[in-house]
Amino acid sequence: MSEVLNGLATGFGVALSPFNLMLVAFGCFAGTLIGALPGIGPINGVAILLPIAYGLGLPPESALILLAGIYYGAEFGGRISSILLNVPGDAGAVMTTLDGNPMARKGEAGRALSISAIASFIGGTVAVVLMTLFGPLLSKFAVAFSPSDYVALMVFAFASLASLVGANPVKTLVGASMGLMLATIGVDANTGVTRYTFGVPDLLAGIDFLIVVIGLFGMAELFHLVEQQATGKLKTLPIDSSFVKWADIVFGRWTLIRSSLIGFVIGVLPGTGASVASAVTYGTEKRIAGKSGTFGEGDVRGLMAPEAANNASAAGAMVPMLTLGIPGSGTTAILLGALLMFNIQPGPLLFTQHPEIAWGLIASMYIGNIALLIINLPLVGLFARMLTLPQHYLTPLIAILAFIGIYSIVGNPFDLFMIIGLGIFGWILRKLDFSLAPVILGFVLGSLFENNLRRALSISGGDWGILVQSWQSLFLYGLAVLVVIVPLILSRRRRA
Amino acid sequence: MKFVRTTVLGAVMAACAFPALAEINRPECIAPAQPGGGFDLTCRVAQQGLAPQFDRPVEVTFMPGGIGAVAFNMFNSTRTDDPNAIVAFSSGSLLNLITGKYGKWTENDARWLATAGADYGVVAVRADSPYHSLEEVMAALKADPSKVVVGAGGSVGSQDWMKAALLLKAIDGDPRRMRYVAFDGGGDAIAGLLGGSIQIYTGDAGEMVPHIDAGDLRVLAVMSDERLEAPMDVIPTAKEQGYDVSWTILRGFYMGKETSDADYQAWLDAFRTAYDTPEFAETQRSHGLMPLDVSGDELKAMVAEQSATLRSLATEIGLIQ
Repeated sequence: MSEVLNGLATGFGVALSPFNLMLVAFGCFAGTLIGALPGIGPINGVAILLPIAYGLGLPPESALILLAGIYYGAEFGGRISSILLNVPGDAGAVMTTLDGNPMARKGEAGRALSISAIASFIGGTVAVVLMTLFGPLLSKFAVAFSPSDYVALMVFAFASLASLVGANPVKTLVGASMGLMLATIGVDANTGVTRYTFGVPDLLAGIDFLIVVIGLFGMAELFHLVEQQATGKLKTLPIDSSFVKWADIVFGRWTLIRSSLIGFVIGVLPGTGASVASAVTYGTEKRIAGKSGTFGEGDVRGLMAPEAANNASAAGAMVPMLTLGIPGSGTTAILLGALLMFNIQPGPLLFTQHPEIAWGLIASMYIGNIALLIINLPLVGLFARMLTLPQHYLTPLIAILAFIGIYSIVGNPFDLFMIIGLGIFGWILRKLDFSLAPVILGFVLGSLFENNLRRALSISGGDWGILVQSWQSLFLYGLAVLVVIVPLILSRRRRA
Repeated sequence: MKFVRTTVLGAVMAACAFPALAEINRPECIAPAQPGGGFDLTCRVAQQGLAPQFDRPVEVTFMPGGIGAVAFNMFNSTRTDDPNAIVAFSSGSLLNLITGKYGKWTENDARWLATAGADYGVVAVRADSPYHSLEEVMAALKADPSKVVVGAGGSVGSQDWMKAALLLKAIDGDPRRMRYVAFDGGGDAIAGLLGGSIQIYTGDAGEMVPHIDAGDLRVLAVMSDERLEAPMDVIPTAKEQGYDVSWTILRGFYMGKETSDADYQAWLDAFRTAYDTPEFAETQRSHGLMPLDVSGDELKAMVAEQSATLRSLATEIGLIQ
């Protein structure tokens, strides 16, 4: 314990220097903007700013503090366009659209923005505290989590998503299957065989998650807006000055705690990140709320769960990075590369060889979370007013942001056609009354499920028994069964 | 086709000593991937290492798509004689070339210029593994390849897999009978090794350095012809242990096939001048690469040799019909 306190003292010594404080604030502010812009997510933000941080000649700990600020700042900012525009700002904010946007359309944009800011803050802070206390211990758990355990985790994720099955189970199932099919495009990760690429080189690496999100959500929303405008069905939204109430937080306290914990654990695991974390927590909360919830129509718990989870997972992903030198997410992989450029070998000895970097980063995350809350809450009113912009300005603005975002980051004109194609596909699905969330989740969970199942089976030499051999997987299968059965029993008892 | 642009470090520019030669007036290095990966690092070696050679900084641009196929196609269609641009490649790109993932192009459709550096294959096990030498691993593989779980960061047929396949070839085993687990990148594979999912990891020397210091895993052999620099100098080569296995992961640059001899020579001179300075070796190390300075015809021969090895292996396992 004294070791932790000493470390934290060192860390705050580094993070509280005026220069590093300024970098935390700047990183968080830039991160919020990067997250809010559809198309640019934390991965791209960090990758773009890395050469700049290097070029400025920052010391390694300052550079890492800046880049990490952009990372969790983006998880914070992703909610803004999800809520206001129904277009996820980044991959972790897909679930935020489900209840965040309905709230905004009811004239509660300010309330949604401020509640989600507080949920993000709580998720991020809970995760940093857990990371400080249990970091090294958790990293052992993370590497012991084998491919067969990931399979169990995916089963749990799918089970909790069964709650997304709305009025029409068949359409949900079809949607999820379409997501699974999109995920199979590209070079197969196990055998190197190309699947569904039709000889197009641009498809070899598969379809980027960002492309699917922007296409299916962003473009489809755009087509929907244009259509409504053309048919004169568009309603102007009321001016809105709502704000979070203390009662909201008290009401959602258990959701916040559960989602922060689940999000953190999923973030710690290498290979799963914000998108899986937010999906699982949303599903779980919807299941727990049962009939008392109005999920999908603007339930505050449906907004809190994914936002607490995606921020918690961003901090969680730092655990294997700092303690083992193994990336916990795509963005932390780039942060590791950054350390290398600064001549710091990331790895198991980082805490002993470079305590100022490891602890400085952790301490800066405490400060960063507070900074994000301070930056975000006063801006709520400003952002909410954006909705009163006439649609004929707003629609082209979304289009421009999405196109510039995708092109400047991915840098391949093929992807622009891709988002248009996916957008038309998404718009047709909406016309047919399909929900788009199952498609996205099938896409994310499908490839994780497939790759890990095949990994597990190659480890065991084809013996399916490997799937039920560890306590972690048995525990997760147990949870999966509970999440499906408990609400059924509860509702039956209520009826009886 | 200029995409994301990055400007260069003012500090390094101050070191400008040699004026630019020939027609290279806007030097550019194309990383055929998104920012942040191995090709990005390769281009940064050129950017930092060649800074004294040009009076303008080498610009790094990104051209992702088809694991390098988009860039290779472009330098065989519209920019075949671009005097200003070099494109980053690796041994993985060569494998993609010969297995037809880049379309009809082969290793003869580019002018191979110079290396940025190299990395070498390693065989690693967890610190508490029963295997203490390459010989013990090989004996186990020979006895029953399906009893040993091998893993690495790429799919079957990828260059990560090739390292494991070459081990089996060295003892006349059949790589297809190997129990191989494909992870998504080296980091996940190391996690798999530390967590006990796999027993043998065929990785790269560069990523082993921190783990050697920490002592959480043991490197049994490096797949290089000679021993590497410290701290890897304590690890014996596979050849020392009696197995004819070597695997060099090349990282370097190519130019369009129709680049004029003068332009090609100007770039070549820039690299060769840089190779002679201690700063270039330092740049290589700071980007996680081992010094390997090969250029011009020598590189062309090396690319041809590596392509031949890859082609015969890929044919044998059915990746090429």
